[in-house]
Amino acid sequence: MDKQNIQSESAISCKSINKKYDTIEALKGVSFEVERGEIFGIIGPDGAGKTTLFRILTTLILADSGTASVDGFDVVTDYKEIRKRVGYMPGKFSLYQDLTVEENLNFFATVFNTTIEENYELIKDIYQQIEPFKNRRAGKLSGGMKQKLALSCALIHKPSVLFLDEPTTGVDPVSRKEFWGMLKNLKAQGITILVSTPYMDEAGLCDRIALIQNGQFLKIDTPKNIVNQYENKLWAVQSDNMYKLLNDLRANELTSNCFAFGDKHHVSVSSEQLSINNLKETLDKLGHTNIEIREIEPTIEDCFMQLSQK
Amino acid sequence: MEKTIQHNSNKVIIAENLTKKFGNFKAVDNISFEVERGEIFGFLGANGAGKTTAMRMLCGLSIPTGGKGLVAGYDIGKQTELVKKSIGYMSQKFSLYDDLKVWENIELFGGIYGMKDQEIKQKTDELMRVLDFESERNKLVGSLPLGFKQKLAFSVSIFHNPQVVFLDEPTGGVDPITRRQFWELIYDATSRGITVFVTTHYMDEAEYCNRVSVMVDGKIEALDSPKNLKKQFNANSMDEVFQQLARKAKRVDS
Repeated sequence: MDKQNIQSESAISCKSINKKYDTIEALKGVSFEVERGEIFGIIGPDGAGKTTLFRILTTLILADSGTASVDGFDVVTDYKEIRKRVGYMPGKFSLYQDLTVEENLNFFATVFNTTIEENYELIKDIYQQIEPFKNRRAGKLSGGMKQKLALSCALIHKPSVLFLDEPTTGVDPVSRKEFWGMLKNLKAQGITILVSTPYMDEAGLCDRIALIQNGQFLKIDTPKNIVNQYENKLWAVQSDNMYKLLNDLRANELTSNCFAFGDKHHVSVSSEQLSINNLKETLDKLGHTNIEIREIEPTIEDCFMQLSQK
Repeated sequence: MEKTIQHNSNKVIIAENLTKKFGNFKAVDNISFEVERGEIFGFLGANGAGKTTAMRMLCGLSIPTGGKGLVAGYDIGKQTELVKKSIGYMSQKFSLYDDLKVWENIELFGGIYGMKDQEIKQKTDELMRVLDFESERNKLVGSLPLGFKQKLAFSVSIFHNPQVVFLDEPTGGVDPITRRQFWELIYDATSRGITVFVTTHYMDEAEYCNRVSVMVDGKIEALDSPKNLKKQFNANSMDEVFQQLARKAKRVDS
């Protein structure tokens, strides 16, 4: 990139961004910085404000107040510069359904004054997987192939910052892992990536994450630090009757909260009075059999639930 | 209408060599399984494995090209309207009408399924109480948070007390706490004898099912309780089981 703005170290910088739609406050004072070369994850459920944030940063809508810059350029005054240097993959498939795979890619390359050949190296690993279908219309592709084409189109002008809005929503666990593998490769080539996801298990694949709910960031940090800051002890509990176990654990006055987590229940314990042995005895008296309790490290989902209940 | 095929009343879904071909492409390739009354049956598979096609057949929306299936005792190839009357359906994509109020949605769906006005009114009151939704009754569904909407959509899908409810990725994008509350609603429905057939991409949710099947390239590659599947595949979680199976897929559709 020739016109790099050297004033700013950050790839993305947001200060006190607010956005309202009628009476709904979509973003309430969001501030954060993304460093160059980072994979930064915005993690939270639908309706939390993720897409609104992406649209402001990609200069598609204006914030009501606050300032933001991308690659050193202001999202309001320098929007044309930003559009040249970012790649954006919206949550909804937005390529031309009636153009072929190759025509779509060519179109985006041309719009950005480049050619497929010039930046082929960057998209090679991804595009090669769909190249056998380059004459197929985009609308006739499967979900996984559409995703790969959209990513190729977002990359074809070698952007410095890549915005991916829920690229893995509705995608099966195997394809999701593959997709994150591709992001790692892009990071290795120096591209900054801002990615949003509702899947909490993807948090660990980001350098840093922001947990977002109801238009506010609950926390910004590395996944590891967020896990380390979990406030209580966390135990995984199992017995033969999991439904009864959930109710019994919740009824116990010494537990803070309890949620089902796959084949175990996660019980958050703040009280010093309760030990694993105490709880085992209590559950035994309540008629539970094959009780197993052990202390575990929280997942990002445990942390999200604790933070969102504050 | 007479039920033309004998069925065991404890089996709410029976699929025998069920197949759907589109031209030469076998979207669903000879699948057989049974689902017991009151069971939570998880129907897993990678994108493109054939889940949606299979589910559409079981809901009477697509006619099999081979094999047969019974849902709630009705033939899914010949008695599609009776099948539709006996089931409930909800998905992440289609659930309720955003521009109708909460009570209007309930009345609409209750009416479509032929419920009496009095019954609709009474059950609506009950539902609002159970969901703690009284203050939302007159709100447009579009104005509700997604989690509320999905819980309401599920309740509406079983409002007419169907024998079986089909849930297609019902919790996609829902926040973690609401996702768990949603599953508690599912448990509650099964305790009242409703059978649940559910697809999900959250592998922790696969653990909540009584039994789980995993489809790969149109075929059912594994079917058992989560506990037994983990044993069979020497895995610690259903995610590992899924990864092992789905990586075998040969279809380019991924």
